[in-house]
Amino acid sequence: MNQLTRGLLGFSAMAACLIAVGVMQSWTLSFTIINMCLISAVMALGVNIQWGYAGLFNAGIVGFTALGGLAAMLVSTPPVKGAWQAGGVSLFFSLLALIAVVIAVNALRRYIPAGRLRSVGTVVLIVGGFFFIRYFYAPAVDAIESFDPARTGFLGGLGAPILFSWLVGGLFAAGAAWLIGKISLGLRSDYLAIATLGIAEIIVAMLKNEDWLSRGVKNVSGLPRPVPYEIELQQTPWFVERVTNFYAAELPVDATARAAELQQKLIEASSLFVKLCYTGLFLSVLLLVLWLAYRAQRAPWGRMMRAIRDNEDAANAMGKDVTRRHLQVFVMGSAVVGIAGAMMTTLEGQLTPGTYNPLRYTFLIWVMVIIGGSGNNIGSVLGAFIVWFGWVQAEPLGQWVIDHGTAWMGDGHTLREHMLENASHMRLIIMGTVLLMVMRFSPNGLIPETNRQ
Amino acid sequence: MSTDTINALVLFANFILVPGITYGSQLALGALGITLVYAVLRFSNFAHGDTMAFGCMFTILATWWLQSMGVSLGPLPTALLALPVGIAMTAALVLIFDKLVYKHYREQKSAPVVFVIASVGVMFVTNGLVRFIIGPNDQQFSDGMRFLVRARDFKKATGLDEGLTIKLTQGLSVVIAIVAMLMLFYFLQRTRTGKAMRAYSDNEDLALLSGIDPKRVVMITWLIVAALTTLAGVLYGLDKSFKPFTYFQLLLPMFAAAIVGGVGKPLGAILGGFIVAFSEILLTYAYKKLIGYVAGERPEGLVQLLSTDYKFAVSFMILVVVLLWRPTGILRGKTI
Amino acid sequence: MSLLKGESMVGGYGKTRILNECTIEVDRGEIAVIVGPNGAGKSTAMKALFGMLELSEGSVTLGGEDISSLSPQERVTRGMGFVPQTNNVFVSMSVEENLQMGAFTRTDDFQKTIDQVYELFPIFGEKRRQPAGELSGGQRQQVAVGRALMTQPSVLMLDEPTAGVSPIVMDELFDRIMEVRNTGIAVLMVEQNARQALEIADTGYVLVTGQNKYTDTGAALLADAEVRKTFLGG
Repeated sequence: MNQLTRGLLGFSAMAACLIAVGVMQSWTLSFTIINMCLISAVMALGVNIQWGYAGLFNAGIVGFTALGGLAAMLVSTPPVKGAWQAGGVSLFFSLLALIAVVIAVNALRRYIPAGRLRSVGTVVLIVGGFFFIRYFYAPAVDAIESFDPARTGFLGGLGAPILFSWLVGGLFAAGAAWLIGKISLGLRSDYLAIATLGIAEIIVAMLKNEDWLSRGVKNVSGLPRPVPYEIELQQTPWFVERVTNFYAAELPVDATARAAELQQKLIEASSLFVKLCYTGLFLSVLLLVLWLAYRAQRAPWGRMMRAIRDNEDAANAMGKDVTRRHLQVFVMGSAVVGIAGAMMTTLEGQLTPGTYNPLRYTFLIWVMVIIGGSGNNIGSVLGAFIVWFGWVQAEPLGQWVIDHGTAWMGDGHTLREHMLENASHMRLIIMGTVLLMVMRFSPNGLIPETNRQ
Repeated sequence: MSTDTINALVLFANFILVPGITYGSQLALGALGITLVYAVLRFSNFAHGDTMAFGCMFTILATWWLQSMGVSLGPLPTALLALPVGIAMTAALVLIFDKLVYKHYREQKSAPVVFVIASVGVMFVTNGLVRFIIGPNDQQFSDGMRFLVRARDFKKATGLDEGLTIKLTQGLSVVIAIVAMLMLFYFLQRTRTGKAMRAYSDNEDLALLSGIDPKRVVMITWLIVAALTTLAGVLYGLDKSFKPFTYFQLLLPMFAAAIVGGVGKPLGAILGGFIVAFSEILLTYAYKKLIGYVAGERPEGLVQLLSTDYKFAVSFMILVVVLLWRPTGILRGKTI
Repeated sequence: MSLLKGESMVGGYGKTRILNECTIEVDRGEIAVIVGPNGAGKSTAMKALFGMLELSEGSVTLGGEDISSLSPQERVTRGMGFVPQTNNVFVSMSVEENLQMGAFTRTDDFQKTIDQVYELFPIFGEKRRQPAGELSGGQRQQVAVGRALMTQPSVLMLDEPTAGVSPIVMDELFDRIMEVRNTGIAVLMVEQNARQALEIADTGYVLVTGQNKYTDTGAALLADAEVRKTFLGG
């Protein structure tokens, strides 16, 4: 079976599944799944750029996703003026202090020759600098966090259109990736994995604990949307008219019943319409990233990347700066993940730092990439659809299987109760098994890469 | 010595020294497992934290069963009696995974990163098993005597303001860790099989040439790793509490410990375990009271360098410093 | 009948044929040296004899018995010792442990063999507890040879033992190798330093493109003007 057939077959099967959900469960659910599939696909693409083009293992996807989410919140939320007045100035000073310390450390390391003096000096400067920054930072944080903590207690954001945040999210993630890549690339390959695992944990911890910035576990909800609200739609004449016309034949004749039925249909239709708007937006991003990735792959740059991946030593010998290229790819891939993170927070309309779980993000995305076919972008997209669909549907399915499988034990049986309670964790086992099976028996994934010899 | 100085010392011992040594021993046992897998099988095992959880889980289940049968060890936690069950189950788990997963990639001579990704798959499955069997929540399974030294008794006996508490589980952690480490080093340095393991780790081709059986080395490594991992998991669980996600999070400090000491070097893993543990505690401890005793006046604020929420950031910082300054680790482990 | 004999060996890596009907033999108490230009297949011939390369034609016999189908490990137990060119010691293990690992397959008491090796290489006296990685290049080679001797082999094979060591160390090594020969062991070496190696060789093989070009005693090859001109640089 060639690639095209495999791809077509995969996507047709996926479409059939989603249509089945639409018909049998509901179209709203179907599009909810599609939207998350699209976001996952963008993430998987970002990871695939790193893994497929350069063989880099990023174990910190959740961190870059969270940075994207933070960007969405910071861009879209209106600024909290009171909080700025309370702590803005000191916070600004602490930022200045931070910059001063960084400059001082750099200067020290540049002008003093390597040796004990330099090492001791660096440590002293960093420790001293830490207290220096804290001197401004701590009161600033206290002031901000105590400003109307029930409703705000944070600085808020820029109050700009949330779509703009998708770019910012990419930039945030790129910045973090640059830092971490600079430190750990060029060393043993698994150091990058461990370092990214670490940075992700720290980013998530910051989001949870730096209330002045992100409100922490108190969440920031009600982020402005890039698409219309359901309530508004239900009162927009053209929308009401469309819906009325669409259902003209089905609606009952009796006026009261008709109004009630129409209201019901309006609610359903508006919710679906909003989902469709998101689908359009996400699909555009996905296609754009796919197109860019495709272009890059065809360009001399892509050929060089493959050359490096397939034989690092030879590429090195030919004078290619492998570490630099790896850094480039790592930053780009992480930026794409950041964009997807911002998209996800946009879709959810709230920033919930407590939900960034590495098992759910980092490792699930990896399953998508490996299943789809390492190095193949279309494959990653297909992998994202299949895995996300499976992830969502496995829970009710697992519940159902266990419910029926243990029915003979009778209600109230301890084992049955226990299994029902923990059924959702079966998903992890299934996903892990699928990952291992694909790696073992079909290492090229569903759609193998074309350019691999 | 003035009373203030003694109080300061007791305070230091109570909140930094004792917890540091305890946590350090637990991390060292965990990091030893990571290091052995790295030295012999040559990959960073992402499933290590969850394997720890798995071993601890079966120990807990066996403990509960023993408790329900009315068996107890008197002052010692019943879990010690249940340990062999945990170790046996973990050994079975890792050997099964080795046969089904890693063996194939060894034969293919796959790149290290492939092993790492495979270990992520193993982590997923193990994590799922643990959550499915025992659930994602906290479990307490410590019983027996709680304290070796009680703060109240200590204060009464010494007449100091500051008390010293040493929990039984803390003492056990240290003693068991020391015994396990001594046994491990005796095995590696003195026995024929242990030497063969070191030889295999040092130079695989030459080991084959010398007639060392790689299958046996790999199997024994996994068995030792299973024992160390379960011990680390149970001691940590007895001392704090058992929660699957916490064990996943221990991965970072354990990796940091293994790398700081020098990857592939058992002694380095132990050193690294204590470095990470003490750094974590020293950086997240609130020094207010301690400064009060030393300087005679208590400062305002807690004088805490980092909030405990960021304790994993400490491992990360150590990792970054080591990667920048000496990527082979303190005891010069393997690089590439 | 020689102790170890590779007869009309043909083989290579993948489709590339490196050995073309090459014949090498060595007997007890004898040093045989394989020399030749780069890419002549010297090391490949050695590997073929030791079973690290599959032969498409020809055979290897040890003491008259065909061992062509045995793995390297099995050949070790039959009495063949092999010292690879690089990575030939356990760098993190002490000299003594290196020797113990050499005797890994032995179930009898091998302390006597260790003492013999120490006698042969007196410099180990004070260094037996030192990690092999901390020794100098020449000393490491001696450890490597000592390790291979631990199985009490009847044939000792050395792949370029003097690669990268200084001339003084090379002489010292060759002295040791002659002592090994004098204990009745068959020694087969591949050497880049052809002239010096042929000086101690009982038999010399000059290989070119995987074929025997000249075969004679070491002294005769050294005396041969043609050989000198082409392979020994005049």
